[in-house]
Amino acid sequence: MFINFFYLLKAYGVPVAITEWMMLMEALARGMSFSSLTGFYHLGRAVLVKSETYYDRYDLAFYNYFQGIETPVELMEKVLQWLEKALPPRHISPEERLKFQEWDLDQLRQQLEQRLKEQKGEHHGGSNWIGTGGSSPFGHSGYHPAGVRIGGESVNKSAVQVAAQRNFRSFRTDATLGVRQFEIALRKLRQLSSKVEGLREELDLDETVRETGNKGGLLQLVWTRGRKNMVKVALVMDSGGSMDPYMRICSQLFTAMNRSSHFKDLRFFFFHNCIYQHLYLNPSCHIKSAIRTEDFLHMLTPDYKVILLGDASMAPSELTMPGGAIDWSYNNDEPGITWLRRIAAHFDHTVWLNPIPASFWDRTIGSYTISAIRDVFPMYELTVEGLDGAIKKLKVRK
Amino acid sequence: MQDHKSLFSGTRDYIASQELQNSVNVAVALGRPLLIKGEPGTGKTMLAQSIADGLEKDLLIWNIKSTTKAKDGLYIYDTVQRLYDSQFGDHEVSDIKHYIKLGKLGEAFLASNQLVLLIDEIDKADIEFPNDLLWELDIMNFDIPETGETVQARQRPIVVITSNAEKELPDAFLRRCIFHYIAFPDAEMMAEIVQVHHPDLQQKLLEEAMNAFYWLRSIGGLQKKPSTSELLDWVQALTVGGISPEQISTELPFLGVLLKKDHDFNTVLQRLHREGAQVKPSPGLPHIGRGR
Repeated sequence: MFINFFYLLKAYGVPVAITEWMMLMEALARGMSFSSLTGFYHLGRAVLVKSETYYDRYDLAFYNYFQGIETPVELMEKVLQWLEKALPPRHISPEERLKFQEWDLDQLRQQLEQRLKEQKGEHHGGSNWIGTGGSSPFGHSGYHPAGVRIGGESVNKSAVQVAAQRNFRSFRTDATLGVRQFEIALRKLRQLSSKVEGLREELDLDETVRETGNKGGLLQLVWTRGRKNMVKVALVMDSGGSMDPYMRICSQLFTAMNRSSHFKDLRFFFFHNCIYQHLYLNPSCHIKSAIRTEDFLHMLTPDYKVILLGDASMAPSELTMPGGAIDWSYNNDEPGITWLRRIAAHFDHTVWLNPIPASFWDRTIGSYTISAIRDVFPMYELTVEGLDGAIKKLKVRK
Repeated sequence: MQDHKSLFSGTRDYIASQELQNSVNVAVALGRPLLIKGEPGTGKTMLAQSIADGLEKDLLIWNIKSTTKAKDGLYIYDTVQRLYDSQFGDHEVSDIKHYIKLGKLGEAFLASNQLVLLIDEIDKADIEFPNDLLWELDIMNFDIPETGETVQARQRPIVVITSNAEKELPDAFLRRCIFHYIAFPDAEMMAEIVQVHHPDLQQKLLEEAMNAFYWLRSIGGLQKKPSTSELLDWVQALTVGGISPEQISTELPFLGVLLKKDHDFNTVLQRLHREGAQVKPSPGLPHIGRGR
């Protein structure tokens, strides 16, 4: 029963196991869906989906399976048709109209078009346009008006409406999320070894035996310290003008890093567009706060895990030519790429986080420099999933 | 289907959405642990109490701390006590049973009636903790090697597990659970919740407080958004403080009850100041976009 729904869920990236499916079948056999589609929607979600981050994908799969939308074009038309039908001016009272002023039809339509386009753009291929398309890259809040309306228009069954509302959109992990999620991801970056300070709260068996022996068999407990995270991290951030659109997300990562008290050492450095012979200790990148990149390399031992954060988008000359720095008054004798290679060679573990979504890397203005930098550093997009990948990379030697 | 009495439908002081009720009933019927996640303050822990009350069962709470081991929930063999006792010779130490104490899970297994067992904040424990409980939660028995006994559950306890998502839970564990994410209540349900806790509240005060509350939640950049439990405390404070409804939106009295971070406090005060000390309900989504 519904076995295709099982495969559809898998296709949408919901990790469903056969044991869970059997559990669902058992529940259905017991009549736990209350013989309604809404009941089935909730039952299926409770049994099959184990994280709110997959709720959205479940909604999409459910909507697709029980509704069967095929192509974006039709859907667009449906949406727009409905919009026009649903807003005849005569139905709107003056007070209501006030609210609509900031949301006129054209603007709304544009936004819809744009969002649908973005979804298509982000989507990983295949014919189900809404499929893995998920969210727009920069994390629009709230839910997709299109989603709600599509459900409202063509469907009568409320479960599908609920699914089409996509209320759990904002929980997707491939969307950019808040500080807390970053913190959780960063917590995985640890490497334990013996502590030198802190509470002695673990029983030291060998010492206990020895001390008890010394006391002639009278029990003497000896306590020792637990283990400690030895990871040292340096975050090197681009604070150039092209990063302004990503300021919010970058500051979230910054906050999360700052709050992560579990690192042995954590340092922050800044650069403007590309790294040359100087790095800066604060985001203004003023020469007063500069340190020589060479000193940076001497100061930090190779076991520091280095996370570079930047859009990697610049004029090719900034990366490849001596004297190419964006700042006129700044003269670099060596091209940026040389410095980047030096950094990559010095440290055992480096990654580059890019706030530009990965699907745009070969299409954005900076695609040339992005690909050049990707040859030097493993690059991940700045989302929770991307950060997870980056942290896995940081844990193994390159 | 089971008889009506054994179905959970919320209790007098705990409003559960239909979805949540379904999830609870599915978990009870299938005998699976119910894993609850949700924003802090949405009543995850309260749910277990409510299930226990609703189904007229006793509640056993196992609070998880960062040092809790899975075995602590089964039994504890107090070796140190036994050693000490042996040195002074005034206790019967040859019988290990005196030094075996059952943990919460063990207690729940051996209770004479079915219990509700709350494993609170499972994500606080070590990352391997949930895996270590797989067998016990599945098969409902465990061995005590020290005495050679096997503890077999007399009946399956109703297991409710809460998590704040501080750690990723292992897949094998998740696969055995029924999962429910408690979504933040919408205004309608929130009003219902507040009324359950403060039945004598003036309608006007409730409206004003709710407006201010959702306005606060709509402000971008808050580090910790106020949640249900904080709203309840706030309403309590407003009532006790004898605040008139008109003052609420202009002054936001007792703001400290709602906001717990300096940064949030300043953000809100700035907003309040800039917008002429007038809390406006958030513009929200355009009307045509509403599903209902």
